[in-house]
Amino acid sequence: MSDKNICVLEIRDVSSFYGPKQILKNIALDVHGKSVTSLMGPSGCGKSTLIRCINRMNDLVPNFRLEGRISYNGEDLYSRSVDVTELRRDIGMVFQKPNPFPKSIFENIAYGLKVQGSPVSRGDLESAVEDSLRKSALWDEVKDRLHESALSLSGGQQQRLCIARALAVKPRVILFDEPCSALDPIATARIEELIVQLKEKYTILIVTHNMQQAARVSDMTAFLMLGDLIEYGRTSDIFTKPQKKITEEYITGRFG
Amino acid sequence: MSKGKQRQQWDNIFQFLGIGCVVFGLLILAVLVIDVCMDGLGRISRDFFFNYPSRKPEQAGILSAWVGTLWIMVTTGLIAVPLGIASGIYLEEYARKNRLSNFIEINIANLAGVPSVIYGILGLGLFVRAMHLDRSVLAGALTLALLILPVIILTTREALKAVPFSIREAAFALGATKWQTVSQQVLPAAFGNILTGIILAMSRAVGETAPLIMIGALTYIPFLPQSPVSVSADFPFVHFSIAGLFDYFTVLPIQIFNWVSRPQHGFAFAAAAGIVVLLAITLLMNSLAIYLRHKNQKRW
Amino acid sequence: MKRHFDDDLTRFNTSLLEMAAMTEQVIFRSTEALKNRDAGLAREVISSDEAIDDMEIAIDEQAIDLLALYQPMAIDLRFITTGMHINADLERIADLAVNISNRVVDLADQPHLKPLVDIPKLSDVARTMVKKSIDAFVNRNEDLAKEVILSDEKSDLLRNAIVKELIYDYMVKDGTTAPRAVSLLLIARDLERICDHAVSIAQDVIYMIRAVVVKHHPENLDNPEA
Repeated sequence: MSDKNICVLEIRDVSSFYGPKQILKNIALDVHGKSVTSLMGPSGCGKSTLIRCINRMNDLVPNFRLEGRISYNGEDLYSRSVDVTELRRDIGMVFQKPNPFPKSIFENIAYGLKVQGSPVSRGDLESAVEDSLRKSALWDEVKDRLHESALSLSGGQQQRLCIARALAVKPRVILFDEPCSALDPIATARIEELIVQLKEKYTILIVTHNMQQAARVSDMTAFLMLGDLIEYGRTSDIFTKPQKKITEEYITGRFG
Repeated sequence: MSKGKQRQQWDNIFQFLGIGCVVFGLLILAVLVIDVCMDGLGRISRDFFFNYPSRKPEQAGILSAWVGTLWIMVTTGLIAVPLGIASGIYLEEYARKNRLSNFIEINIANLAGVPSVIYGILGLGLFVRAMHLDRSVLAGALTLALLILPVIILTTREALKAVPFSIREAAFALGATKWQTVSQQVLPAAFGNILTGIILAMSRAVGETAPLIMIGALTYIPFLPQSPVSVSADFPFVHFSIAGLFDYFTVLPIQIFNWVSRPQHGFAFAAAAGIVVLLAITLLMNSLAIYLRHKNQKRW
Repeated sequence: MKRHFDDDLTRFNTSLLEMAAMTEQVIFRSTEALKNRDAGLAREVISSDEAIDDMEIAIDEQAIDLLALYQPMAIDLRFITTGMHINADLERIADLAVNISNRVVDLADQPHLKPLVDIPKLSDVARTMVKKSIDAFVNRNEDLAKEVILSDEKSDLLRNAIVKELIYDYMVKDGTTAPRAVSLLLIARDLERICDHAVSIAQDVIYMIRAVVVKHHPENLDNPEA
């Protein structure tokens, strides 16, 4: 388990390209353990691209190329010796639109454990499912209907289900890609509280286009624009006394 | 008349025309069905189903025809379905999207539209002559399998495309490999649509006459292909054999065609009865497909 | 629903209470120093002001962070802005106590001009008003706040009496008493100012509870509609 002060993710000189088009420009960032780091910025600034580099989801995109180095606990994420499927179990992801599998609630959460390779006993599966659902504050609402379809849940519940699904494989880092965009304010508030609770055990990165959310939830904030990292620092500093003028203009809504 | 009212008038006219077209189509269908039923229903009896075709119209039955249809359907299915689904999966999930794969995609779509007679000629040259399969069940099944293969590939691909990418993303993000994702999440989700496509393809194959005529199946068949399962007194009591695949056969549409070309009046009724049976099978399969499609209206 | 915002609000509240406790202490000790002519105690009060000043800055920063990070609304917003006002008032009260202590240092090496009766009374009134106004803030008790506002008159009367006595019974009759009398007079004035700050705190508390402005508008005190 990573300590609060240990740098878990080191991003150095990272540039990314889709074919000839450059998306990220020489990003350098340190993410520390057991904290919430948010990436904010206007649309198209590259924040989603950056977060997808970390669990190598961009590998699925043809013509994607990365320059620079992303180290996770000291190891280069893009080196040939890295097993991508193992990596994705250690670094989980929750997506913008809740995407439960069209199966039962139980099966959704059990799936991550089933693909791990070693067989899991039914008893272990059941306790793992309950554990994850409790951690994502969904257990009480679904404990009596674990075998109903996941699609029968509301949007906010589905997103908490997706969080439970990610937690089930026991990651150490969780990436949230605009997790509340598709949700109403109350569901959003619940997920934000959940994220603040989760940071006691997990290292969390969250991409958000809602800067107030970044202010409410994160310890560190990175502000990106057009592929550049403009400013990175403690959230309270960024929002009360940003160092760069562009940051201040963005935060005060003078442009967006 | 004001402009508004005029537009409303056109609205009504088109509605009327639309309903008219639908009614017209249904009417024609109704006329055909009623006509054939009037001629054929009387002829349907237990004997009809269990008699072999005969020179005497009153004794003619469809036993060899529907058994042959069954043989052909099962064999065609066993060949075309696994091949078609596997090809569809490979082309949709694994193949890199480049000019070659585009070329293949266009050609498969074209093949789905090629007249079935051409498949018959291909079957004749390749299976009957070159592979020396003669006009056997196997040759017929292979020919029909080639016919419906493009359709199965297309529907498989469509069914896979209909599964949103977010499902695959979710599986990958949990550490699943490509095969795990495809086999455990995408395929089950697409299964309903794939099944619908298969049933429709098979229901088309049930009625295909031209390719089977081309391979030479238009003959008098008063016998059945050898049964694949036989029971005997000696160990192991149940024997399996694929010898039936190499026997001659006939199918329902061919038998109907055969009867229609005979001069005796009685055969017209026999043909009508055969048509009724064929219609019933087709209707059943299509209804099954529609029912399954309805049940599988998935929300994502 | 539990909000992690509430944890930070609680921390802010606790800081304010600490500040209030330190301030009450300082009022008490400066008066004790006067009563006992204890220059040492007075100097302690003066040096403790630095800690109170630092506390004021820290509380202000907390408030700014809360506003920036949480975009609070309604009662939360009024709570934080009221807290900021109270913070400023408490720091001024502490400054006034320092002023008093400075005068105590001057008076300490001379005998009392007269037995001190009213000044300790005024000091008690001041301390009570400050304590009550802070209690009203913590417990969101509007009635308590009202009491503080209404007792302002009492403190005014008490101060006026002290001033009158010092001027007419001492300075006019015997000019040599002037230095001590003036010091005592100024102490009384500072104590009354402390009472004024307590009233200001109470008025802010009413705004926080009811969103009604009673500052400069005493007629709104009893009007529930305003």
